Amino acid sequence: MLHKILAAFLALTLLGPAAGLAADAPPPPRQKWSFWGPFGVYDQAQLQRGFKVYREVCATCHSLSLVSFRNLGEPGALGYTEAQVRQIASEYQIKDGPNEQGEMFERPGRPADRFPPAPRFPTGTPPDLSVIAKARTYERGFPWFVFDAITQYQEQGVDYMVAYLTGFEDKPPQGVTIAQGLYYNKYFPGFATSMPKPMQLYTNAVTYDDGTPTSPEQYARDVAAFLMWAAEPHLVARKRIGLQVMVFLIVFAGLLYFTKKRVWSNVKVPA
Amino acid sequence: MSGQPTYQPKSAIMKWIERRLPIGGLIYSSFIVYPTPRNLNYWWTFGGILAFVLMVQIVTGIVLAMHYTPHVDYAFNSVEHIMRNVNYGWLLRYVHANGASMFFLAAYIHMFRGMYYGSYKEPRELLWILGVILLLLMIVTGFMGYVLPWGQMSFWAATVITNLFSAIPGVGEAIVTWLWGGYAVGNPTLNRFYALHYLLPFVIAGVVGLHIWALHVVGQNNPTGIEPKSEQDTVAFTPYATIKDLFLMIVFCIVFAWFVFYMPNYLGHPDNYIPANPAVTPPHIVPEWYYLPFYAILRAIPDKLLGVVALVASIGILAFLPWLDTSRVRSANYRPLYRQFFWIFVLVCIGLGWLGAKPAEGGYVIAARILTAYYFIHFLVILPLLGMFEKTKPLPNSISESILTPARAGTAS
Repeated sequence: MLHKILAAFLALTLLGPAAGLAADAPPPPRQKWSFWGPFGVYDQAQLQRGFKVYREVCATCHSLSLVSFRNLGEPGALGYTEAQVRQIASEYQIKDGPNEQGEMFERPGRPADRFPPAPRFPTGTPPDLSVIAKARTYERGFPWFVFDAITQYQEQGVDYMVAYLTGFEDKPPQGVTIAQGLYYNKYFPGFATSMPKPMQLYTNAVTYDDGTPTSPEQYARDVAAFLMWAAEPHLVARKRIGLQVMVFLIVFAGLLYFTKKRVWSNVKVPA
Repeated sequence: MSGQPTYQPKSAIMKWIERRLPIGGLIYSSFIVYPTPRNLNYWWTFGGILAFVLMVQIVTGIVLAMHYTPHVDYAFNSVEHIMRNVNYGWLLRYVHANGASMFFLAAYIHMFRGMYYGSYKEPRELLWILGVILLLLMIVTGFMGYVLPWGQMSFWAATVITNLFSAIPGVGEAIVTWLWGGYAVGNPTLNRFYALHYLLPFVIAGVVGLHIWALHVVGQNNPTGIEPKSEQDTVAFTPYATIKDLFLMIVFCIVFAWFVFYMPNYLGHPDNYIPANPAVTPPHIVPEWYYLPFYAILRAIPDKLLGVVALVASIGILAFLPWLDTSRVRSANYRPLYRQFFWIFVLVCIGLGWLGAKPAEGGYVIAARILTAYYFIHFLVILPLLGMFEKTKPLPNSISESILTPARAGTAS
């Protein structure tokens, strides 16, 4: 009896609704990330490359308002020295003031400053990128989301960003019409995105200082990794402390288990 | 409890205190010599785990409150300030956010355990009802806490849930305006939610006190569902229950830490990292996982008012469980039919949870309606009838007999 009801239940909840699903954007390809998993750390060279892509391409339109220059040199971040952080900060002009005359003025940035705001656009403000890596995802669906909890796959946001940045196509496929002022992207839900194709990523316009070969995918991976760091600057510390906590808890639980057995040894209990 | 030793203070200080305030005696009788059935299994450790998680939530919550700004212009960034600049702020916030999930996880296990072993039956009705009140308080507190980061899901969850009150005929609109403190979800709403989110955990702690008090009057149920009859049936709370509770609490902490340190955003919604924007509605407004079964019930009913009624009834009906279940036998170990229906009910709840996360369209709606109907049929039809027609297995004469002659004990759960 139970089996029949179970079978009916599964048929209803799993198979029934699936028939009505509409085709949508394909799932983004899985990337390999150095920050995945219990021992994950950021790849400093990758973050530095990604930062360069952000500065030279994304920053034209997108702000990074929650990140300070000093963050770039913090432990587990991009690995810059204090002098390098000062140098990077000083390359930005920061609005400050008012001064003694009551005027706002611009001065070179300092490590304590935040990244400056992006220019304003009449058509709307492009999203700030500070936490974008945690604000984007794609649906995994049953049963994958259950496995994700065990395999610690939580890089959906960065995988999506890589797919998005490389998913622009100049001509939408047959049957897809894109409204004026929008652009076709095969990974964007609904396919019509308001961000134009970032041409610099497709034309090798950013030069890497460390000689890494450039390609749209390489740029996309590096800048996505950088934005993951921007969204989760304490990730490395979190995973390191997490491992210590896990080892402690498992050893403690083991000791408690044997203590419990000892305490209960004179009491007969159900098997 | 008669026959158990009483507290004898040894030091002069404790003697002085004990004559004026017998707190040592209270702790001694409640947590040291308090007799617990010797056959309790690990499903009985979740009460202690819940008390622990409540303490974790209160401690992390108070520290978070020291850094949080309850204002629509600053709330989102103040949470990010905690994540980035406050020392171990990321740890506090992730423990608190995942702690809410762990709280509900433990509470649901605790409740299903009570349902399986009939822990709500005479004389534990009030104990159970206090538990239902705690669930209700948790739901309200968790919801208000979710609004505080003021992301997209915060804002739209607040909008959707407060709007439910507009379904009340006549006065609904006025009530919603009163709840909002304005004509839309805005700064007054965020401020009062913050105040209430700080207040309600202490109300929960108070009701937990009543819950434990009631428990210590009627005593714990146990897997056989029969009351302890002699000292052979029980063991002292300390060390037996304390070490067992502590062991499983640490095992539970491993699961907790797994989420906090490795998957801190797995149980959350990515849209809540987008600052609240009243002008943009997210494509799917989804509550946190622990509300999904109730959300599915709400959406399964095509009429708004009746949907809200079903939502409230789905929680309220739990308070009547002691009288809806007509069987005299408590434990499902001795109720072969009820045991099957219990597991079906668990699956229905999980199924409702899954449907609550799906868009309300097509086959999902039909499935949600069937499961919603079953949810209520379980309480209103199956449980009353089962008690009348079910042929239960013979009960052992005592707890110790069930242990010493395992052939007659029910199958282990």
